[in-house]
Amino acid sequence: MHVKIVVRDIRKSYATEKGPLTVLAGVDFTVAHGEFVALVGPSGCGKTTLLNNIAGFERPDRGEVIVNGSPVTGPSRQGILISQLGSVFPWLTVQQNLMFGLKGMLKKDTKRIAQHYIELVGLKGFEQSFPYQISGGMLKRVELARALAVRSEILYMDEPFAALDALTRIRLRIELLQILSKERHTCLLVTHDVEEALHLADRIIVLAPRPTKVDSIVEVQMAHPRRLPSSEIQQLKEEILQKLGVDTEMNDTFLGGSLSGAAWDSSYRPNEGNE
Amino acid sequence: MNKTMNFVSPLALVAVLVAVWWTTVVQSGSIIFPTPWDVVLATMELARLGTLWDHIASSLLRVGAGFLLAAALAIPLGLLMGWFKGVFATLNPIIQILRPISPIAWIPLAILWFGVGNLSPVFLIFLASLFPIIVETAAGVHTMERQYIRAAHNFGVSGLTLFSQVVIPAALPHIITGMRISLGVAWLVVVAAEMIAMRSGLGYLIIDSRNAGNRYDLVVAAMVIIGLTGLLLDILMRQLEKIKGVRWRYAR
Repeated sequence: MHVKIVVRDIRKSYATEKGPLTVLAGVDFTVAHGEFVALVGPSGCGKTTLLNNIAGFERPDRGEVIVNGSPVTGPSRQGILISQLGSVFPWLTVQQNLMFGLKGMLKKDTKRIAQHYIELVGLKGFEQSFPYQISGGMLKRVELARALAVRSEILYMDEPFAALDALTRIRLRIELLQILSKERHTCLLVTHDVEEALHLADRIIVLAPRPTKVDSIVEVQMAHPRRLPSSEIQQLKEEILQKLGVDTEMNDTFLGGSLSGAAWDSSYRPNEGNE
Repeated sequence: MNKTMNFVSPLALVAVLVAVWWTTVVQSGSIIFPTPWDVVLATMELARLGTLWDHIASSLLRVGAGFLLAAALAIPLGLLMGWFKGVFATLNPIIQILRPISPIAWIPLAILWFGVGNLSPVFLIFLASLFPIIVETAAGVHTMERQYIRAAHNFGVSGLTLFSQVVIPAALPHIITGMRISLGVAWLVVVAAEMIAMRSGLGYLIIDSRNAGNRYDLVVAAMVIIGLTGLLLDILMRQLEKIKGVRWRYAR
């Protein structure tokens, strides 16, 4: 498999009142064609800045991002960003949202392509609905379908499911994996949810915070569908959390072992529901 | 509160107010101030003579012309001010200075420039309608969610297409709000504007009725008609909020 994305020594600082603040301090990694890579790190560690630089929404001060052999100079349909905020246009119907990115084609073709992806994400019957009429989970499906409809080669995902409830989040992960098994895309996911990364990714890049650098890279070699409570996954989870500076020993003692995912989650992210 | 309540209680209040008005006039024995029944008779008299509809139509035409001219200028201007920082920085101070000047204050200048014909009130209404639409439109562009613009860039949409497909639809609910406010202010101003020597309009009707023998029944009749027409105009503008592409703003 050939290399799809090369991130080479990118650096970024911002001017603040207290002087320049370095956010990215030389980040290097590569993503292979069709690979699913997750970037994990604590909240506010510059993950979003990193992804914005890779997707072309921001330009790094130094270093470069190369996609398909050419340097990235700005955002393009080659890689669509799906963020936590959501960017489905509220003034367009589900169908019109999918057709938005397909301008320049025959209307008949755009309708057919839109319909294909609406059905792929399970939104048949909601073509003419407006975003305010459907749920948050459905809205995410629209956003995903809109990215797929333009045949985006890369999906950049910035905590895409973070604003959803725990059940919807897991359901959408499973659906995403099913879609990717039908249409392989290169994926780069930013998340602070280690379990989400372990569920989805082939490789996990653990980031060291402020200024952001690559701490280490963890290979996840288990085949899909993955069982989250399995010992391999839990072991990897523990390993990654340790890298992120979360003391797992304490939790093992007090919460009755790392195998119970529920206890894990409540200790690591108290705001999240159990699975 | 149920629907009947929504309907019944305001009507009951109007009934009480009319009753208070009526008894006060009868008790005081005023010969100039009209009773509610005098006002009804005066309205019927105007309707019979056909002048009522002429006055309403003249006022509506002036408001329509001034308001549409204002919207035609204010919407593009507001969009440009919202989008280009330089345009905003240049125009906003002047707008903030002109905005608090009541259109009534412009009457002498309007007469000087446009005489006492139809143009003066149209100009005054134009002035009154202009600022709310500019301010709301610019705010609509300013407050639009940035991720929509990012998404459009991501899909390769930029320039004029971005403006027409993303910026304008995102700002549309604000534009409509601005137009609603404007039309309300315009209707407020038309009456004052028509008090400049003119031969038609509801404002003219009020001044003329007073001058021509203290016909206060006609004065109050004109006031009630102004109020009811204003209400109808607002109901009409509210229909714009039901356009499918802007429902998202009002739905929640």
